[in-house]
Amino acid sequence: MSVAGPETEQVLQAAVQQAQEQRQPLEILGSGSKRFYGRTPVGEQLSTAAHRGVVNYEPKELVVTARAGTPLTELDRVLGEQGQMLAFEPPRFGPDATLGGTIACGFSGPRRPYMGAARDFVLGVRMLNGRGEVLRFGGEVMKNVAGYDVSRLMVGALGTLGVLLEISLKVLPAPEQEQTLVQELGSLQAIQVMNQWAARPLPLSAAAYDGMRLYLRLSGTAGAVSAGRSQVGGDPLPDGEAFWQALREQRNAFFDHQRPLWRLSMPPGAPVLDLPGKQFIDWGGAQRWLISDAAPESIRLVVQQQGGHATLFRGGDRAGERFHPLPPPLVEIHRNLKHAFDPSNIFNPGRLYPEF
Amino acid sequence: MNTMNEQSTDKTALVAALREILPPESIIHTEEELRPYECDGLPAYRLMPLVAVLPERVEQVQQVMRLCHQMGVPVVARGAATGLSGGALPLADGVLLSLARFNRIIDIDNVNRTARVQPGVRNLAISQAVAALGLYYAPDPSSQIACTIGGNVAENAGGVHCLKYGLTVHNILELKLVTAAGELITVGGESLDAAGYDLLALMTGSEGMLGIVVEILVRLLPSPERAQVLLAAFDSVERAANSVGEIIAAGIIPAGLEMMDGFAIRAAEAFVHAGYPTDAQAILLCEVDGGNEEVSAHVNQVRQLLLDQGATEVRTARDEAERVRFWKGRKSAFPAVGRLSPDYYCMDGTVPRRRLAEVLTGIGELSRSYELQVANVFHAGDGNLHPLILFDSNNPGELKRAEDLGAEILELCVKVGGSITGEHGVGHEKLHQMCVQFSPAELEQFRAVKRALDPRGLLNPGKVIPQPRHCSEYKSLGTDTLIPPQQRVGGRG
Ligand SMILES: Cc1cc2nc3c(=O)[nH]c(=O)nc-3n(C[C@H](O)[C@H](O)[C@H](O)COP(=O)(O)OP(=O)(O)OC[C@H]3O[C@@H](n4cnc5c(N)ncnc54)[C@H](O)[C@@H]3O)c2cc1C
Repeated sequence: MSVAGPETEQVLQAAVQQAQEQRQPLEILGSGSKRFYGRTPVGEQLSTAAHRGVVNYEPKELVVTARAGTPLTELDRVLGEQGQMLAFEPPRFGPDATLGGTIACGFSGPRRPYMGAARDFVLGVRMLNGRGEVLRFGGEVMKNVAGYDVSRLMVGALGTLGVLLEISLKVLPAPEQEQTLVQELGSLQAIQVMNQWAARPLPLSAAAYDGMRLYLRLSGTAGAVSAGRSQVGGDPLPDGEAFWQALREQRNAFFDHQRPLWRLSMPPGAPVLDLPGKQFIDWGGAQRWLISDAAPESIRLVVQQQGGHATLFRGGDRAGERFHPLPPPLVEIHRNLKHAFDPSNIFNPGRLYPEF
Repeated sequence: MNTMNEQSTDKTALVAALREILPPESIIHTEEELRPYECDGLPAYRLMPLVAVLPERVEQVQQVMRLCHQMGVPVVARGAATGLSGGALPLADGVLLSLARFNRIIDIDNVNRTARVQPGVRNLAISQAVAALGLYYAPDPSSQIACTIGGNVAENAGGVHCLKYGLTVHNILELKLVTAAGELITVGGESLDAAGYDLLALMTGSEGMLGIVVEILVRLLPSPERAQVLLAAFDSVERAANSVGEIIAAGIIPAGLEMMDGFAIRAAEAFVHAGYPTDAQAILLCEVDGGNEEVSAHVNQVRQLLLDQGATEVRTARDEAERVRFWKGRKSAFPAVGRLSPDYYCMDGTVPRRRLAEVLTGIGELSRSYELQVANVFHAGDGNLHPLILFDSNNPGELKRAEDLGAEILELCVKVGGSITGEHGVGHEKLHQMCVQFSPAELEQFRAVKRALDPRGLLNPGKVIPQPRHCSEYKSLGTDTLIPPQQRVGGRG
């Protein structure tokens, strides 16, 4: 393996330039841990895995800049040594998951409703567009409104707009203490309670419901956690961290299925959704996992009526629509933006939507 | 500038066509009535629009946009015109579209903790409307009694609390926009994310160049149980600046962390009697919020830390009244400084926090070499500087000197790894500095994004993204008074 940095960047740039000349579609990937996501990948593989390493980390600035191929485990270690963390608690879905893949998918974990999503922590990116030009947007400062917010546009774009080279993220101090509390509740009540607590000034950092039990996580100073606990009640879960990790990584019993897994992104207070299959509620009601064989259209209809959108996350037909279909004016905007960044349509074509 | 529209628009035809869409009182076209619309919060730039319109329904906005699209007439949106970068500066051959009449709070949802509002609603009015529910809208620009939420979205406005609670982009869920072609689109949604590209982020901070915001769904947060503010006095700006990083290094994210220099302290004290120590060279205002226990712990920790960093005095607001007074001094600092000078010019650069002291020193040197007083009041926690340049436009050449000094300050921010604007936007004002912060390829990428949403270039054309020719001229020749950035060696002596 060559030295990461200018060399590996040049390798990626040359590959993109060549692909553009030859109109050769590229499947951009890090470790490949999220190849299951989106529509079927097509094209020649372009791996960012060798382009790795932390470029700059200033704990006092709350900013880290790392190359796209940097494994999350490495970032965790570097930040952890300074008592800091990625506050969007990204899922990995594989031991070697890279920062680039995480940002391209825009995945966030249980802390998301209370601390923010991946896109909320992105401060800047260095990237390759479809012309093979190295571009830098945003930066390492907390606030930056010079020009359009291209950095955030890259989050969740599934690599269809560019190859991420480096990403600057805001980081936060890890909480002094965390505690998870469990109580048995009916589903209607669980949704109510989650939303009720979220409207109070409590140090809530996660809230999930497995169909029987409500799990609430509190994070902060020792005093804040114990004061919060006396308000929300419930029994302490001895290994709370393991519970949230298993949920984040989809390793608990609920996810142990070969049937289609849907991610339903909902207004947090949406009622219990009347859909066949089984559900698991995360994000204080705002993210609902559904395992169901029901027809995609019928799932999408129910979800849309309640103000949400549905993603076929795992399983099912990978040639069809994985993400919620967009209304025609938005399809056109998406197509135009795709063309603005990747005029030859070489980056992950069709991975997000069949139209581009 | 506006290339689509070489021949000037036929005003009579335009007004006649607008009369088909809007009642007469919503169309303003006489010189006298148009005068109030000639500038925004940066009055150094003024231009009379051809026509100003004040629609009150979304369909009217769509119809106006369709008409202008048909006729090739550029459109500039306007909220409360508190913008400080000339973003709402009209175009002589264009329509100025005021959203002032869209001033309704449409819905408050206490379960999902959101408010659906029209773009002309004032920022502070949202928090006031939901206060009884124990909720508030977090971004709080100092202009919050006047500025509109639509303008906040267009600028991605911040405020003194955005270090902990984020900018506008972090606190909105959904936008309804009218496109350049007059189509109504919805981006984002009632859930925490939406399918497809993050158009919500792209639209936020796009300064009226990608769409007209006609409805906003904002997120509301629970009001903290307790907030406590500390005021620390320092006998040197450097020491105050260095304390900022130390607080954050201790694992505390203050709700607000603001700094004022000696000149600003004395101006604010004379104006609102906040109780500031007028002999200090700098003060830091540090607010911590959260649960009772947490706040007590953090107050003690921050106090000790500030003393260790050499603060000459640390006070904790004794009650809510004193807390409000401490903040009042900060929030009225711009007008307070403005009172002491015929004119002032407010800059908005950001720098990495660790470079704060060095940049403040650099600004001091530039201030001396340009012989113009500069006061500093800023969001220290975010590294977002607001140098206020005092000048008198009645003295020949002084406005130009102030602009040049401002340009050099912004370019200094870029040099240390910062940005030319943290929250006020590029607008008309910072076009030259965009050439310094971005490469030609990056600027071309911005232009491509603009074309993707507004192919005919009719929404606020000429703002934010400079044309290639402007950049090459500026970088090699400078302006008629400013040495090009490439040839500069510090200030101009
Ligand atoms: C004393 C003072 C203090 C300030 N403090 C702060 C601060 O702390 N933080 C901060 O961020 N800013 C601050 N500002 C700047 C200003 O208040 C903000 O930029 C604010 O967001 C502008 O809102 P506005 O309604 O006045 O918008 P305007 O000035 O009317 O417009 C600003 C820009 O937005 C566009 N626009 C307006 N409405 C719409 C719409 N509905 N759709 C599309 N585009 C639109 C305009 O075309 C223009 O480009 C301050 C200004 C003053 C005068």
